[in-house]
Amino acid sequence: MKNFDKSINTQALTPIGAPVFTCKEKCKGQERDAKLCESIEESIRRSGLRDGMTISFHHAFRGGDLILNRVMDIIAKMGFKDLTLASSSLASVHDPVIEHIKSGVVTQIYTSGLRSKLGEAISKGLMEKPVQIHSHGGRVHLLQSGELSIDVAFLGVPVCDRFGNANGHSGRSKCGSLGYAMMDAQYAKYVVVLTEALEEYPNVPASLHQDQVDAVVLVDEVGDPAKIGAGETRMTTNPKELMLARLTTKIIEHSGLFKEGFSVQTGTGGASLATTVFLSEKMEEQNIKASFGLGGITGTMVYMLKRGLVKKLLDVQSFDEFAAKSLGENKDHIEISANEYANPSSKGAAIKQLDIVVLSALEVDVDFNVNVITGSKGLLRGASGGHSDTAAEAKLSIIVAPLTRGRIPTVTKRVNTIVTPGSTVDVVVTDQGIAVNPKHAELKARLKKAGLEIVEMQELYERAIALCGEPQNIAYTDKVVAVIRYRDGSIIDVVRQLA
Amino acid sequence: MKKQKLRRSMLFVPGSNTGMVCNAFIYKPDTVMFDLEDSVALAEKDTARLMVFHALQHFTYKNIETAVRVNPLDTPFGLLDLEAVIRGGADIIRLPKTDTVDDVLEMEQEIAHIENKIGREKKTMMLAAIESALGVVNAVDIARSSKRLMGIALGAEDFVRDLHTQRTKEGHELMAARNQILLAARAAKIGAFDSIFSDIKDKEGFMHEVAYIKGLGFDGKSLINPTQIPWLHKAFEPTPKDINWAREVIEAAKDATIRGLGAVSLNGKMVDAPIVARAEWIIELARASGVLGEEA
Repeated sequence: MKNFDKSINTQALTPIGAPVFTCKEKCKGQERDAKLCESIEESIRRSGLRDGMTISFHHAFRGGDLILNRVMDIIAKMGFKDLTLASSSLASVHDPVIEHIKSGVVTQIYTSGLRSKLGEAISKGLMEKPVQIHSHGGRVHLLQSGELSIDVAFLGVPVCDRFGNANGHSGRSKCGSLGYAMMDAQYAKYVVVLTEALEEYPNVPASLHQDQVDAVVLVDEVGDPAKIGAGETRMTTNPKELMLARLTTKIIEHSGLFKEGFSVQTGTGGASLATTVFLSEKMEEQNIKASFGLGGITGTMVYMLKRGLVKKLLDVQSFDEFAAKSLGENKDHIEISANEYANPSSKGAAIKQLDIVVLSALEVDVDFNVNVITGSKGLLRGASGGHSDTAAEAKLSIIVAPLTRGRIPTVTKRVNTIVTPGSTVDVVVTDQGIAVNPKHAELKARLKKAGLEIVEMQELYERAIALCGEPQNIAYTDKVVAVIRYRDGSIIDVVRQLA
Repeated sequence: MKKQKLRRSMLFVPGSNTGMVCNAFIYKPDTVMFDLEDSVALAEKDTARLMVFHALQHFTYKNIETAVRVNPLDTPFGLLDLEAVIRGGADIIRLPKTDTVDDVLEMEQEIAHIENKIGREKKTMMLAAIESALGVVNAVDIARSSKRLMGIALGAEDFVRDLHTQRTKEGHELMAARNQILLAARAAKIGAFDSIFSDIKDKEGFMHEVAYIKGLGFDGKSLINPTQIPWLHKAFEPTPKDINWAREVIEAAKDATIRGLGAVSLNGKMVDAPIVARAEWIIELARASGVLGEEA
């Protein structure tokens, strides 16, 4: 052994050659399977979950998710109470959460979306503490700021190895990108991966990594990929949707941004999908290629990639089976995390490089504010999603919505709930007129010159009212049932309990 | 040549289909054609009539030409329909089936009677639908039979049945009827309108047919689905070359008027009234197609 300088505190250092860690021979092999749990119960026990803690899930399986309800039932059976449920979003399939709220298992919720009976029950005052509604980018901001501190994350995946390397683009129930789950894996104190198949180590490329994962549970099924599909994956035949898509495409074409290397994000739903198809036609016609397509990725975007119309796809969430499959097969179809996608305080969110985003709306008001969370009856029935994130950062944000739905006006004097502030909305396209935010005089002139009829938002509003009549005000109590957090964490609006 | 309104697209809207009656205007066909006849079930006749009566007066249909296909006058509904839709303010009455001149005259008389009764000053126009061999044979006389007639239209579905055949993609079975109707219309200086194309999924077939009838000289076509409107309008969209030519002609004509000349030459070709009318037609088409933008 060498002689050390007396000034060094030798007690804090281990001299070279001295034994560091001793391990019995037999434990070596066992360590390799150490993360494997026999059951979900075991993983919960190992996680050290206690009353009052925060648990999380991801929503890549959307309506086909089979994990959240299953884990919540077990947690409830094990007797835990007073938990904060922080799923990146909640779908109609998650209505059983109502029972866990009633029994005190869940007392606080963070989510991007709320729908169906759960949304209705919360709107009617089911919870004491208001739900915190965040955007996809805003969730990462809340994780980083420490407000949202996940104790245990339960992340369902189709394929994982014994050491925790998991991805969503292989296996039976493919969900595609794990962009949201990646954040939970990074920030949760304890990470449980629930997998449908155990692959040989190392299962690479991995989206959730071995150094993030504490426990792995093999389950029979994690999701129904048939229900991931965000509505229609085929081209719509609805003439109104086709018309909106045609108008939107024309706006993009004449926006001044439609040139070689532009970038685009379109959402789900008939009009959005058709816009992608019509835009492809225009790109082929004018020999223009996009540098990237972003966001929730659909089969039509994959089609554009295959046709060479888009050079790269940046995928935070795969909206259908085509996208999920392509993510694993096409090297230009790239998985990104929610932090890389939309976090306002990220060092580099892709939306900051985005030219055009096409978004939907439940309501838009005369000041261009958009509501995507509460319906015409005041019930929580939507999702904040990437709406406010992309609207804020894209060079051009286009909101597409019919002027009326049935006899309900979509354009209103004041939206029920503000999710996306009007200052970040550039164009509103309806079936009965297009309005351009007054701060974009040049864009307005461009579109007019292209033969598009541009009207004022006020005119759209008056027309909607002339068609439908003035809707009765929704009666609310004073109790706040949901707080709408803007992407930077600030409160942009609240939703009150229905009277 | 009489200056005609642009009538590329006439969208059939079943009068009993509430959603379509409420929404049809948003698709901006050149003419909305409410139907009270074949597409309306017997039990719905009264409802449809009442609904169309209200729609005709609604502000959403103020800036769009409206036509109504009424039931034949020899049914219990014909006159009731006519009363309602003329009071409602329909621009055009589409005759359900026109075999002879008498069919036109009888309808004209009833229309005049109602207009007189209610003091309506605006003359209601008529569109005769020719749907039989007899009608095609009489097309020339029918087209000239009334000043109220703004056009004649081919109703191909009934016509092929009368011919003992069926419609084909090639459309040879309609060749004689189309040509006859077109000639009759042009001789009478009124509009000629082609029949519907019923397979709404077959865009290619539709575009093929539109190119064909446009080439023959038809002004437009009846449509059964709004999806077909943008396709049809696209087919009628003038090319930039056409638009440039039309602009030059109109400029040359203006210049000729200022200088007090009847005809003027443009690039060595004579520009006279029919050429100017053609040029104005192209500009109107271009404006309606949205290819001219605001400056036009």
